[in-house]
Amino acid sequence: MEAGRNSESLFAEAVLVDRKARVLAREETAKAGAISTNLFAATKFTNRKLKTQTIVKWAFGSMSVIILIPLVVLTTVLVVRAWPSLTWDFLTDVPKQGMRAGGIWPALVGTLYTVTFSLLIAVPVGVMAGIYLNEYARDNWFTWIVHLAVVNLAGVPSIVHALFGLGAFVIFAGMGKSILSASLTLAIMTLPVIIVSTKEALLAVPMTFRMACWNLGASRWQTIRSIVLPNSIGGILTGIILQVCRAAGETAPIMFTGAVFFKSVQRGDLFPYKPTEQCMALSYHLHTISTQVPGVPDSMLYATAVVLLGFVLVFNTMAIVLRTRIRNRKKW
Amino acid sequence: MSRSNQRSEDDKRRARSLSTRVRSMLHLLSERTIVSLIFICGVSAVIFVFGIFFFVFREGAPFLRHGFDAGGFFLSADWFPTSVINKRYGILAQLAGTGTVTLVAMLVAVPFSLGTAVFIAEFCGRKTKEVLKILVEFLAAIPSVVWGFIGLMVMNPLIVKLTGAPVGLNVLNAGIIVGLMSVPIIVTIAEDAIRAVPDAYIEAAEALGATRWQLVRKVVLPAAKSGLLAAVLLGVGRAVGETMAVLMCTGHSINIPFDGTPPYFHVLDSVRTLTATIAAEMGEAPRLEAGPDGAYPVEAKHYQALFVIGIVLFVITFTINVTADLIVKGIRKGK
Repeated sequence: MEAGRNSESLFAEAVLVDRKARVLAREETAKAGAISTNLFAATKFTNRKLKTQTIVKWAFGSMSVIILIPLVVLTTVLVVRAWPSLTWDFLTDVPKQGMRAGGIWPALVGTLYTVTFSLLIAVPVGVMAGIYLNEYARDNWFTWIVHLAVVNLAGVPSIVHALFGLGAFVIFAGMGKSILSASLTLAIMTLPVIIVSTKEALLAVPMTFRMACWNLGASRWQTIRSIVLPNSIGGILTGIILQVCRAAGETAPIMFTGAVFFKSVQRGDLFPYKPTEQCMALSYHLHTISTQVPGVPDSMLYATAVVLLGFVLVFNTMAIVLRTRIRNRKKW
Repeated sequence: MSRSNQRSEDDKRRARSLSTRVRSMLHLLSERTIVSLIFICGVSAVIFVFGIFFFVFREGAPFLRHGFDAGGFFLSADWFPTSVINKRYGILAQLAGTGTVTLVAMLVAVPFSLGTAVFIAEFCGRKTKEVLKILVEFLAAIPSVVWGFIGLMVMNPLIVKLTGAPVGLNVLNAGIIVGLMSVPIIVTIAEDAIRAVPDAYIEAAEALGATRWQLVRKVVLPAAKSGLLAAVLLGVGRAVGETMAVLMCTGHSINIPFDGTPPYFHVLDSVRTLTATIAAEMGEAPRLEAGPDGAYPVEAKHYQALFVIGIVLFVITFTINVTADLIVKGIRKGK
């Protein structure tokens, strides 16, 4: 009884003290310039923290703008300087006068070749690996090792992939320097892109879809084939497009495995190479004409860079558009 | 109903059940095949990583077996693989080149990338976020040879003009280019880490009246600390492994950009990195060369030394990637 009264009076006292403190604080704010004595009015502390908030927001915002300015500026610079050489003829003509005139047709077709072949190899393997990781693998140490391998495959420097391609395909498998060796190297290098995006696309399919299918007596693979894959095909396609982007831009892996400085090709010939031959490639062509051939007109160099950049950015835009459309159309 | 009729019904049923059984067996067989195919593809990544190590090691092994001098290899800056009298293989200068380019790249990339990641995750609206993410993705899509070209043709004259350096192909040039190249990976991973902070933390801070910035500084950043570290690590891995851009932008001279005179670290010196050494010399290094008496071909040491550099690069990036993954995994388990 005694203790109860005591605590009650203590509480009352505390309330009094608190009220006094509030009044004091309000008066202080009023003195500092704020006229209102409204309890919810902004005090100077609130004002200060809001001001900091705004400053910080602008600081971070400008940081992200600064990092993205080079993207816009550089693309513009490249296109402007390439403009004089950017013609239809430049795309379809063959190099002349030791690369100092003419076009880039053989390199363009060569890139199409290596990209297509690498796609043929990487897509089935990558998609099935994605299916394995998302649909079959259990959450144990072995799956972690597979995951770690995928991460490392993406993280190993491209030049090490090149050494691997040289050691394994060119020398050990006896394929020599050829489109085949180059495509295999590119395929292995770009595999993680497809694996990761397939896995994510499959993950987005709700578990209930699978359960409904299993309940009808379908096996795991039947479920995957008839329910999971059709519902995630868009995401998988996005990954494949990104793989094309990667494969087209890479230079190092094809340098010692199949790219060649010059190959005589007819103008506009769509099938100039055999898979066992070496070929020219756009990325390698850009590297050689800008570092090893003196006297190439600047606008031609820029035009080659712009064609490569354009190729990659167009495919990337396709991937982004596709992804946005899937996200907007999703019914679940 | 006659008896013969009855029998034919039975026959039909038996035949049907047989065909069903065959079909289901076939089905089971094809299912088994496809599942094992999926399993093989699933573990293919492991096979490839082992394959990479195996084949790179296989080509480089003779160099390590026959009188390999680790001290001379790692601690000497004498790289004279084509000298006639005295061939020497020391990669200290290349290690220094890779190290300095990576350092400058991270000085450029880390603050801006983390700032961008925080802005994207916490400070901007949905529309701005979409646009920024797409632009970051474009930045990631630019091929490394185009970056190298930009360093060569755009940055090179710019650096000469601004700093008065005799050559614009140097640590600074390559550092900035590689920095820009590693921005996307750092932004993406860091943003993931920030988004992975539990909502309950954020709601609790908001309920206490914290502003967005107080929330970020006191709650989000401390909680996402290790994820941000992983992001930076992966950025380092990307910078170390970059090949074409540094091949074209570093100036390609064997040189350690440090000395005893101030400012000690010469950011305007040309260097050469590990990756660029392989890319530049592998084309001219034959696998076999004439033996000492010229009679029979022997395996060329230069060629093997380049593969040993490949092993060094593999080990560096492997360590970085595994560490980063362990950090990320630690976060996930902690949840």
